[in-house]
Amino acid sequence: MTDLLPADLADERLVKEKGLVGVFQAFGHRVRGGELGSLPVIVGLIVISLVFYAQDATFLSSRTLVNITLFAAPIGIIAIGVVLVLLLGEIDLSVGSVSGLAASVMAVMIVYHGQSLVLSIAAGLGVGLAIGVGYSLLFTRVGVPSFVITLAGLLGFLGLQLVVLGKNGTVNLPSDSALLEFARASFLSPVASYVLVAVVTVIYGLTQVLVIRRRTAADLSAPSYTAVGIRTALMAIGLGYLAYYLNIDRGIGYLPLLFVVLVVVMDLLLRRSRWGRHVFAVGGNEEAARRSGIRVNLVYMSVFALTGFFSALGGILAAAQLTSVSQASGGTDTNLTAIAAAVIGGTSLFGGRGTAYAALLGIVVLQSIQTGLNVIGVDSSVRYMVTGAVLLLAVSIDSVSRRARSSSGRG
Amino acid sequence: MTATLSEQDQAPPREAVLSLVGVGKRFGAVQALTDVHLDVAPGEVVALVGDNGAGKSTLVKIISGVYQPDGGSITFAGRHITVGGPKEAQALGISTVFQDLALCDNLDVVANLFLGQERTSVGWLDEVAMEKESWRLLRTLSAKIPSVRIPIAGLSGGQRQTVAIARSLVGKPKVIMLDEPTAALGVAQTAEVLNLIERLRDNGLGVILVSHNMADVQAVADRIVVLRLGRNAAEFRVEDVTTEELVASITGASDNVVTERAKRRAEGGMHDD
Repeated sequence: MTDLLPADLADERLVKEKGLVGVFQAFGHRVRGGELGSLPVIVGLIVISLVFYAQDATFLSSRTLVNITLFAAPIGIIAIGVVLVLLLGEIDLSVGSVSGLAASVMAVMIVYHGQSLVLSIAAGLGVGLAIGVGYSLLFTRVGVPSFVITLAGLLGFLGLQLVVLGKNGTVNLPSDSALLEFARASFLSPVASYVLVAVVTVIYGLTQVLVIRRRTAADLSAPSYTAVGIRTALMAIGLGYLAYYLNIDRGIGYLPLLFVVLVVVMDLLLRRSRWGRHVFAVGGNEEAARRSGIRVNLVYMSVFALTGFFSALGGILAAAQLTSVSQASGGTDTNLTAIAAAVIGGTSLFGGRGTAYAALLGIVVLQSIQTGLNVIGVDSSVRYMVTGAVLLLAVSIDSVSRRARSSSGRG
Repeated sequence: MTATLSEQDQAPPREAVLSLVGVGKRFGAVQALTDVHLDVAPGEVVALVGDNGAGKSTLVKIISGVYQPDGGSITFAGRHITVGGPKEAQALGISTVFQDLALCDNLDVVANLFLGQERTSVGWLDEVAMEKESWRLLRTLSAKIPSVRIPIAGLSGGQRQTVAIARSLVGKPKVIMLDEPTAALGVAQTAEVLNLIERLRDNGLGVILVSHNMADVQAVADRIVVLRLGRNAAEFRVEDVTTEELVASITGASDNVVTERAKRRAEGGMHDD
């Protein structure tokens, strides 16, 4: 019996699920066992879409959707950094302040000091990186909890932002800047968007085929070519339709595209690199990670630095989108939306569980709610309450699925 | 198993792969270890027993590089070594399975087995190679793990112990130290782990087994080293000793010392201080 089966399926206790029905059955088992993955978020998105669509049909117009992609991107980029710290079981409450400070530094360098755009952006990003490294040193050397460090940072860097901006308080970016052009008016041409979809689909399909080849060669179970074919086809259709629908209006903006690329790159790094494996290990059991020779402090430093970097990048892009930096840039709203997005997207607050895609899904949910409420003309007070309720719901779902996981032995 | 034991009885004493001589360790006012010696040969299970506070854990931590000894020397595979840290011990070929196992519950079996020593190809994790090697390792231990792609949290205590032991084999060590491997396990799982230890021995590894459980020690060890108050108190071949004698030497009941010495003298080759 063992000779006929791949090594990883040889155990007689494994329940084998075959064919397409098996795929659905396995999915059902996972959900009941508390491995919800992105399911709640996707269900949530569908509900949100239907509710707003029923109120006002323009919510699902391609114009609204393009707007959602544009406005979601800057805070979404900040949320990637929040996902990273949450994976370590830590928190960064200061992502908003850091984003505002970085944007201020960049704007002041361009406008008041006449520095080049590249240098100014680099300085802004450098501020974010340096803050992250500083946090990690305080955290690992002094042992201050990240909650306190970043709470202090939230206040401190807000003050520093006011100092940097000076008396006027608001700095308008030059309207002919390439940065503004990038964030506000750059879209893929329809042809380019379809080429991109084709390239992504082909790369995905080829890597899947490669995985099948390698696993079969290593005598391990592999997904069937049919399953991979169906998945690739679905992906092509989904992405192709999305591109088509967005192209009816302005199309796929460079800014949202950058956001998605960053999410994909971080996802690859987290799942497929040694560094990413070590991030999950430290988030799951720091002591175990340390004893297996992982340089835990370096992991903390890299993650805090990346969070600072993504905050700064998000802040700079948000400033470019709004064409100015003010004392309110990166305020409470940015902060809480970025953290809420990471959590709503399915990153566990307890460390060790989550994916980079949480930032993407979470921010799309939050931005859809915000845009939807704007479309139907509701006061911002309602928006806060709705966002709070959604956050609570998301964390409740996480907690319930945690219980289901532990009772079904998936920890 | 009996056959292996009697073979070893007749064979001349083998060259020790790990040998500690005169090791001492002091913490402030407490002399935790005094002039301790310990030998482990390839394909031999040496049990390290002793009461609480006898110095077992300190000795384990010295061998695994967590503590530095104040005095004495450690010889490994024929040369003097100093073990600067756990990583160094692993690189030398001494691996330790700590009592709390040090596994990441959120990661799957493959990720845990290769934690800190992941296989990569062109910079990215080589999951296929690691998964294949995982099955090979688990099969050499005849381990019963249904799937290597489920998180550790879903495994039983015995299966976790198995994963921890399998992980200690990843770096191809010569000596494996197991700290209380059966302490938290049920009857069947304990038997499984004892089987594992025998398989490690059959694969030619030197095994140091730290345990409180006399039944386990007597079931699987070739030689039993007793520590008491930080000193070598006695050393037995497992077939020469009764549970009563062991307990007596662990607790230090003096009326047993004479019989122990007599036994060891008769056997020759063994000595204590």
